[in-house]
Amino acid sequence: MKEYLGILIIILLSSLVAILIVGISYFLGERKPKKVKLLPYECGMTTIGPSRRRISVKYYIFAMLFLIFDIEVLFMYPWAVITKDLKLFGFVEMFIFIVILLIGYFYVWRKGALEWE
Amino acid sequence: MMDDLSLVMPEVVLCGFGLLLLLIEAFLGEKSKSLLGILTLIAASSALFFVLRLSRLNGEAFFGLYSLDPLASLIKGLILVILVLITVASIRYVERENAIAGEYYPLLIFSTLGMMIMVSTTNLLTIFIGVELMSISVYVLCGMFRENVRSAEASLKYFLLGAFASAFLVYGISLLYGSTGSLDIRAYSEAISAGNYSSVLMLGVALITVGFAFKIALVPFHMWTPDVYEGAPTSVTAFMAAGVKTAAFVTFLRIFYTAFLPVIKDWGGVLWLIAVITMSYANLTALVQENIKRMLAYSSIAHAGYILVAFVTGERSLSSSIIYYLFAYAFMNIGAFTCVMLMERKGEENLDIDSYAGLSGKHPLLSLCLSIFLLSLTGVPPLAGFMAKFYVFSTAIKAGYVWLAIIGVLNSVVAAYYYLRVIMYMYFKEPVKEIGEIDLSSPYFLVVFICIFFLLYLGIFPRDLTLLAEGAVSVFF
Repeated sequence: MKEYLGILIIILLSSLVAILIVGISYFLGERKPKKVKLLPYECGMTTIGPSRRRISVKYYIFAMLFLIFDIEVLFMYPWAVITKDLKLFGFVEMFIFIVILLIGYFYVWRKGALEWE
Repeated sequence: MMDDLSLVMPEVVLCGFGLLLLLIEAFLGEKSKSLLGILTLIAASSALFFVLRLSRLNGEAFFGLYSLDPLASLIKGLILVILVLITVASIRYVERENAIAGEYYPLLIFSTLGMMIMVSTTNLLTIFIGVELMSISVYVLCGMFRENVRSAEASLKYFLLGAFASAFLVYGISLLYGSTGSLDIRAYSEAISAGNYSSVLMLGVALITVGFAFKIALVPFHMWTPDVYEGAPTSVTAFMAAGVKTAAFVTFLRIFYTAFLPVIKDWGGVLWLIAVITMSYANLTALVQENIKRMLAYSSIAHAGYILVAFVTGERSLSSSIIYYLFAYAFMNIGAFTCVMLMERKGEENLDIDSYAGLSGKHPLLSLCLSIFLLSLTGVPPLAGFMAKFYVFSTAIKAGYVWLAIIGVLNSVVAAYYYLRVIMYMYFKEPVKEIGEIDLSSPYFLVVFICIFFLLYLGIFPRDLTLLAEGAVSVFF
């Protein structure tokens, strides 16, 4: 259990520091509430309309598809670093991986998920 | 590397077919519907062929991340038979309910692939990948009827709670890795015997128990089961009840009997209590169910409790009774759910038990078949359900868990009430409502007859399977 003592100390210290920072500014800080201060922050501009608008479900499909192919690239980084040591085997493995994802891409494309209208 | 590939041939074949099916549907469209079902059958049978060919082999592949042993081969065989049965039963069902066949069949295949991966490894990371592949496919399968509110609810509920349970599982795995420095379950028993048994490792065991208790649906981690089993398409419910439970139970068994038997005093008591609560709660709740799918859902929870009775004893040599139970359980459940599929109409009608009143007058064959499955679930000889219960409870008695066996037997008496109630409705009650035409086509009845054949065969000649199961559990020694 001794090796976990450090983690306990970090938890205690970090919560102490957090409480101190928030607490001190709460008690010592000056407060001048204004209407403009309570508005949601939007690039520093004056806000236009409500911030909780409905978003088309198509965005979610695109986001999901993006995520999958994004992660595909993520897997390629460690592979690219040691691709010379893996020789042909590593190349074939990566090829199979990409082909599987490509089949998914074809499916998505044929099903019309990439069309906006 | 070629040796490695030859060991995973069943999985490779199944994966290849799954991808092929996706492409076929994408390029041929609607007209490929019946073709997809047949291709799924070809996929399952060719994978089964490779499993049988590799069944005598023992070996490891991919740097110990994958291993093949008698237990893995036997359960992979069962899982593929389940896939075949579900596919045959689905062919007409998918047409009738107008499900999207191009996603239905590939998802069935990928889910089966996940099950095969998880039962055939000793590495926790591979197990986790298998569990996730299986679960994610099943989450989508549950929501196959998108227009149906219950189906969507089942899918979302299962997904949210399942993701939560996966988090428990993966956190438990990380704690085990942190305290022993290994992901191979065979390393844990050595580490424990060497005196490396910290409270962190114990916490890991507890979290893994929670993760699997959710997948197997043990009380108090069962909340999702009735809603999901009721809302999902009936063929998917059968697949979940038979396939998912088998795969999860075998993996659970493998992890605990390989790694944590030296510390059984720490988890045995907890599982003892869970077994008692699971059996009692599920059986008492099933008594008042009016929907047959919900009733069968509670019955499947109760059966998980019965299997747990043999599990908590920690007797490696007797654990073949668990394997036997899983076989019997798979066939009776698929059979019973296929009968429910025959009865139900588009839009989840005819699912209340009242619809079954007076069924024997119009459809004597269907009533007889459903009665056989319900009697097997009750545990009446000479059906396999009886032998399964007999083995499980005798395991408990041999291992000195007499009280647990008594509670189990009392529970199966309670269970008889709600199974026999359906039979009583079918034979001794006047029809309450018009149920309409029943599609008595051959694919459904093929499944029903195969299930009845296996129930009778396993019940009358249990020795063949017990020998296989004893060979399979020898991997724990």
